[in-house]
Amino acid sequence: MKEWQAKLKEFINWWREAFSSSGGLKVIFLKELADNLSSTRMGILFSLVAVACLSALYVAAQSIRQSVGQEGTSFVFLRLFTTSGGSLPPFISFLSFLGPLLGLALGFDAINGEYNKRTLSRLLAQPIYRDDVINGKFLAGIAVLAIMIATLGLLVAGLGLVFIGVPPRGEEIGRMLAYLIVSIIYVAFWLSVSLLFSLLFRQAATSALAGIAVWLFFAIFAPMLAGIIADGLFPVTDESPPELVLRNAVWKQNLSRLSPTTLYDEATLYLLNPGIRTLGPVLIQQVIGAIPGFLPLSQSLLLIWPHLVGLIAGTLIIFALAYYYFMRQEIRTS
Amino acid sequence: MGNRSPIIVTENLTKHYGPVVAVQDLNLEIYEGEVFGLLGPNGAGKTTTILMLLGLTEPTSGRALVAGLDPTRNALAVKRLVGYLPDNVGFYDDLTAKENLLYTGRLNQIPEAELEQRIKTALEQVGLADHGDRKVREFSRGMRQRLGIADLIVKDPRIFILDEPTLGIDPEGVRELLDLIVRLSREKGKTILISSHLLHQIQQICDRVGIFVAGRLLAVGPLDTLGRQVMAGKPLEIELQVEPFNHDLLEVFRSLEGVDRVESQGPYIRLRCAKGKDIRPQLTGLLAERKVSILHLRARGHDLDDIYLEYFQGEGRI
Repeated sequence: MKEWQAKLKEFINWWREAFSSSGGLKVIFLKELADNLSSTRMGILFSLVAVACLSALYVAAQSIRQSVGQEGTSFVFLRLFTTSGGSLPPFISFLSFLGPLLGLALGFDAINGEYNKRTLSRLLAQPIYRDDVINGKFLAGIAVLAIMIATLGLLVAGLGLVFIGVPPRGEEIGRMLAYLIVSIIYVAFWLSVSLLFSLLFRQAATSALAGIAVWLFFAIFAPMLAGIIADGLFPVTDESPPELVLRNAVWKQNLSRLSPTTLYDEATLYLLNPGIRTLGPVLIQQVIGAIPGFLPLSQSLLLIWPHLVGLIAGTLIIFALAYYYFMRQEIRTS
Repeated sequence: MGNRSPIIVTENLTKHYGPVVAVQDLNLEIYEGEVFGLLGPNGAGKTTTILMLLGLTEPTSGRALVAGLDPTRNALAVKRLVGYLPDNVGFYDDLTAKENLLYTGRLNQIPEAELEQRIKTALEQVGLADHGDRKVREFSRGMRQRLGIADLIVKDPRIFILDEPTLGIDPEGVRELLDLIVRLSREKGKTILISSHLLHQIQQICDRVGIFVAGRLLAVGPLDTLGRQVMAGKPLEIELQVEPFNHDLLEVFRSLEGVDRVESQGPYIRLRCAKGKDIRPQLTGLLAERKVSILHLRARGHDLDDIYLEYFQGEGRI
């Protein structure tokens, strides 16, 4: 009787020690949050993105005012995000192009910065779990990104209201919020990439450059590369049978979907353009009898479900890699 | 030390980095309340040993026990007991000294109300009370080192582990730092483990030292016994400075019985005695007869420099 009680007690103690929080996560999270929010780097980047996005909004609002007579007012609120006017691309393009930069900027010196400041060994000698450090940094990064993107989105929504004077309907608000959430996941992907690089490279500059290289690759070269590979596998000429043309197009699209940038761009297109039913090749017989109209939000969400899962999975896989690497790494100060 | 129990024990602690042996079969006992100096040249495996004691690196084989806890299994409990000042300690440059200490205090779950007070006292103790609100970026090397000690004082652990604490500080700073360490040991009964390659600085304050070369612990003990151990069976060497000095004296020394070799080196004369002989008793009388006064006399091999050197030569390296 006594023996099993003692054993139980021992087990409970072990359980407590093994699974209770050390409290370190919260402290690290708050400190990183404060650091990020007060850093000059974030100020500069946020201003850059904000200026780009707000000017896009202004131009979009101008062109919507002119064209609203012909195109009607359905989903005019969402058009604030997708309309390009004159020489400026729309808001979503800006966010898609510059968003990764925000994620990269937050993480590229997360761990190697601690090495170079020689604070990591002192930090890890405190009674905290080792993963509290990387989790705290990742979560704080996501929190900052979420704050920034939500701020931008709501700012655009608010100013848009002032410019065009058409209040959004419930579904439009839903679509906008979904768009902001997808955007947060997308920049979180880039945050995890930069976190991984900050572990792989000891020099902050190297890790920043590596991050930028990957970003440019996915944003610019990946779609080209997908085209080249698809053309190589299924060369298409003017006389090619339709089957081959179709196969080429499908391959091209699926290959380019390996890039998170493409996934994000497609997802946001579906979300902000309720009229879009598919981005893949469509055969004439598939369209016959279809009634043009808008998809409800639930259907659009169904369409982007694979994209969303892909983005989240990519983020988690890369964060898991960084986590594994961090836990295995030797802590040598010199 | 007899009535004290060891608080840090290592049993055949071994760490290999691939083919490189960092620490080999380390057996060490450090007692509660003592100041222990881990001495050795750079790259001897001192930092690796410390990291293993903290559970920041896993041993390849063997184990360490800190207050009866295994750092690889109970890392958190061990880290609560041990305060670690890393070699060339770093702080967050953008934060003030106080903010840096607040951060560590919070990581140690010290209640906010108490933390303020502890930080104030700690900064006063290390002489940084007036610099608490300055950014650490502006701090000199010595100030950072002292802030590192303040960091430990705020944490108030049972065991202090200091890795090369005196490196890169000016002599006055070193003296203050060592004073501080001695006070921690004497007044608060803390156990202190100092690793260093700067012998003469550390030897003043250590109760015991361990000599660590190429991953192996060569000798452990209080300094004087260590000296005797090392010099046992080795001829005694005497370093002498006299006034007035003339070269005839050298001849006189040479003619003494039990003197093997005499040479002059700068202002010093070195006498090597034959094995097992000590001519110091005769020496004073001899010089007094000639109205020569002794300015300096030292039997080599009884302070840390000599012990250290002797060991390195034994290992074929300096």
